[in-house]
Amino acid sequence: MSMNQLQNLTKGFFRENPIFVLVLGMCPTLGVTTLASNGLGMGLATTFVLVMSNLVISLVKDLIPDKVRIPAFIVIIAAFVTIVDLVMAGFAPVLHERLGIFIPLIVVNCIVLGRAEAFASRNNIFSSVIDGLGMGLGFTFALILLGSIREAIGNSSIFGYKFVHGDGILLFVLSPGAFITLGFLIAFINRVRKVT
Amino acid sequence: MEYILIIIFTVFVNNIVLAQFLGICPFLGVSKKTSTALGMSGAVIFVMVLATMVTWLINRYLLITFHLAFLQTLAFILVIAFLVQMVEIMLKKVSPALFQALGIYLPLITTNCIVLGVAIQTISKQYNLMEAVVFAISNAAGFGLALLIMSGIREHLELMNVPKGMRGVPIALVIAGLLSMAFMGFANLVHLK
Amino acid sequence: MAKTESTFKNMFLALFLICSIASLALAGVYLITLGPITKAQQARKEKAIREVIPDFDTLVPKTVRVAGSDQDVVLNYGYKDSVLVGVAVETFSTRGYNGLIKIMVGFLPDGTINKIAILQQKETPGLGTKMASQTFTDQFHGRTPASYRLAVKKDGGDVDAITAATISSRAFCDAVQRAWDVLQKQGGQ
Repeated sequence: MSMNQLQNLTKGFFRENPIFVLVLGMCPTLGVTTLASNGLGMGLATTFVLVMSNLVISLVKDLIPDKVRIPAFIVIIAAFVTIVDLVMAGFAPVLHERLGIFIPLIVVNCIVLGRAEAFASRNNIFSSVIDGLGMGLGFTFALILLGSIREAIGNSSIFGYKFVHGDGILLFVLSPGAFITLGFLIAFINRVRKVT
Repeated sequence: MEYILIIIFTVFVNNIVLAQFLGICPFLGVSKKTSTALGMSGAVIFVMVLATMVTWLINRYLLITFHLAFLQTLAFILVIAFLVQMVEIMLKKVSPALFQALGIYLPLITTNCIVLGVAIQTISKQYNLMEAVVFAISNAAGFGLALLIMSGIREHLELMNVPKGMRGVPIALVIAGLLSMAFMGFANLVHLK
Repeated sequence: MAKTESTFKNMFLALFLICSIASLALAGVYLITLGPITKAQQARKEKAIREVIPDFDTLVPKTVRVAGSDQDVVLNYGYKDSVLVGVAVETFSTRGYNGLIKIMVGFLPDGTINKIAILQQKETPGLGTKMASQTFTDQFHGRTPASYRLAVKKDGGDVDAITAATISSRAFCDAVQRAWDVLQKQGGQ
């Protein structure tokens, strides 16, 4: 890998942002971003799983026979997802309830298995951890962005702080709003990327 | 009678793709051609029904009996991964053409929110085994329906002049949003029980 | 280090070890978090009870198993100086948009609803979750289910449903009705 670690860390934000560029992990992106704080919580939980599973997988990559590597990765990822699930239920019950089914669904988040397969299984521990961190934070960034937009327009608040009384345009916190907002956001970012 | 309510609710009112955001990756990825959409839907129905039944049984007779509820995520995803492997092997033997057409999408059913999502929801809604099967079939049908409509639209879209920045994923998402809005019209069609 | 060969023995061993280690680790985390999780749930219940009935110094809980469901309804009789001040009923409904909802309904000794608090729900954020807001629950305060019809207006009742969240509203009414029914059957103590 000729990429230095700083590039490794920041690639997840713009050049290889999992949501806007790689178009992975769509389900939680659309499902939890009704509030900016949900996006933050989900992003951090996923980052934890990404970092830990990348770490462990990079550690044991030579011990796992090639034919069973996918099931093996899945077990390792599932374990960390369950840990996040249990810890959140105990120490952040409100967030845990709001994120609901999307917490166990982190295990099938294409980003996590994707990074395990594409990066952690071929690189050293340090690079893998940085990769997980970068991708996770880039994911979190995208979630907060989308969540803030939807919350601001749909609920006239940001991170729970209401700046206008009453409801916003309800559509944006409902399903159509998720699709449409994300669609235009990706188009906008595509435009920006082509310019730079 | 109740089963009809579950079916209508799950396929239209609470459509798994358009209302619950599960299965977006294959939804965006496979909806470009109607023929592959059909094949994918078939595969999903098969895997989903099987997976829901097996996970329901495992949850009831293994996890609950031995107080191992915290192993649910782990156990479920392993079952699903195993099932998809089986389907892949079977498909290669029975219909190599379909196997080729589905390509990478088959293993993608494993790492897919849809199957795991439905399996988990079945447990949280406390359905019995029969209701679980109906629920699974309905969800898969709902997925297939959304996929079919989407692929029909996208085939037409190929012939149109889409602005450069919107081509591909962005326009697909906006259309999905419009579809989702349309499906919201079903909102008060039925209510459960 | 050379990569391990994909022999059957190696594959089986690798998977077996990984699953075992994972399961053990999870069992450990589960036991560690069991305390905090139970405490968080307890705290939420206690806070809800205090919220929905007037000040009390003694609480007498009574668990009632509801036929046809594996959930319980818990009647919490609150006494102050040995006088009944209210009953906080922990009730539920399985008809929520996304499954189970649990609420705490506070009844005064004369049968009127004092206040309602939400314990647990997985409804659509921004929609069904509005059942937790005062604008929705306030309409129940001071009502007697004997004369106040616990159904949404669309179903011939007296309750104003949440806009675009009829199913969640119906489930809420179902839960309150269940609380009332169980309370009637068990009687005030």
